[in-house]
Amino acid sequence: MDQVPTEAGLILAGVLFTLGLISVLIRRNIIFMLISVEIMLNAAGLAFVVAGAKWSQADGQVMFIFILTMAAAEVSVGLALILQIYHQLKTLDSDAANKMKG
Amino acid sequence: MQLAFYITSAIAVIATVMVITNHNLIHALLYLVVSFLAVAVVFYLLGAPFVAALEVIIYAGAIVVLIIFVIMMLNLKEEAVAQERQWLSRGIITGPALLSLVLLAELIYIIVGAQVAPSDAQIVDSKAVGMSLYGPYVIGVELSGILLMAGIVGAYHLGRQKKKIVHRFLEEEAS
Repeated sequence: MDQVPTEAGLILAGVLFTLGLISVLIRRNIIFMLISVEIMLNAAGLAFVVAGAKWSQADGQVMFIFILTMAAAEVSVGLALILQIYHQLKTLDSDAANKMKG
Repeated sequence: MQLAFYITSAIAVIATVMVITNHNLIHALLYLVVSFLAVAVVFYLLGAPFVAALEVIIYAGAIVVLIIFVIMMLNLKEEAVAQERQWLSRGIITGPALLSLVLLAELIYIIVGAQVAPSDAQIVDSKAVGMSLYGPYVIGVELSGILLMAGIVGAYHLGRQKKKIVHRFLEEEAS
């Protein structure tokens, strides 16, 4: 049974990460930026799992679980922030939130 | 098995491109679910079934549902799509996309150029992951618990609405 080459897995992780990076850079909608950060975190976890699978060790999967935990905490706090911004500014434009008025 | 990997990779990349080019938030989220499921299949093909299950349950399940709930709470109207279409003009896309693609090309060049020994990948089951997680990485598990606790407290604090003051004199004073 031929195995998946490590280079192909790493290149897939790099492509997904770059797509998330492009989306963070070009979007102005805050929810889309949060989704893009999720894509980037997922790609980073994919790179860990690919590297762990190359050596048949569990460490890559352990790191993926930590990334998953961090993504869950990050998305909950981020969505609470988005709700507050939408209630105060009545828009999802990230440029509208550039004044720090408390 | 390699063919399955390449097909799944193509699905993941195409779904992610649809996510980042879509104007409608809900459609983008549905494509995001497809992308996460494709990555879960990639995990399974790499011999990591436990992580594949976690990807489906937490990423495609919990996180996307959380975002959908928040979108429902925001109650966006039709003009949100038109505004998104206006924000996402071609001139804005080209610069960041070109620079990021140059970075990606360099990364692929480095990965392809490196001499990597052929891997002897075999399935790492959930028992090995658990033994590693609660053995050498137990401090990481405890720190993750602290992080999740901070996330709960932070989300509660930020998501709380200000209490409405009903007395008119107090309201003038507060505002």
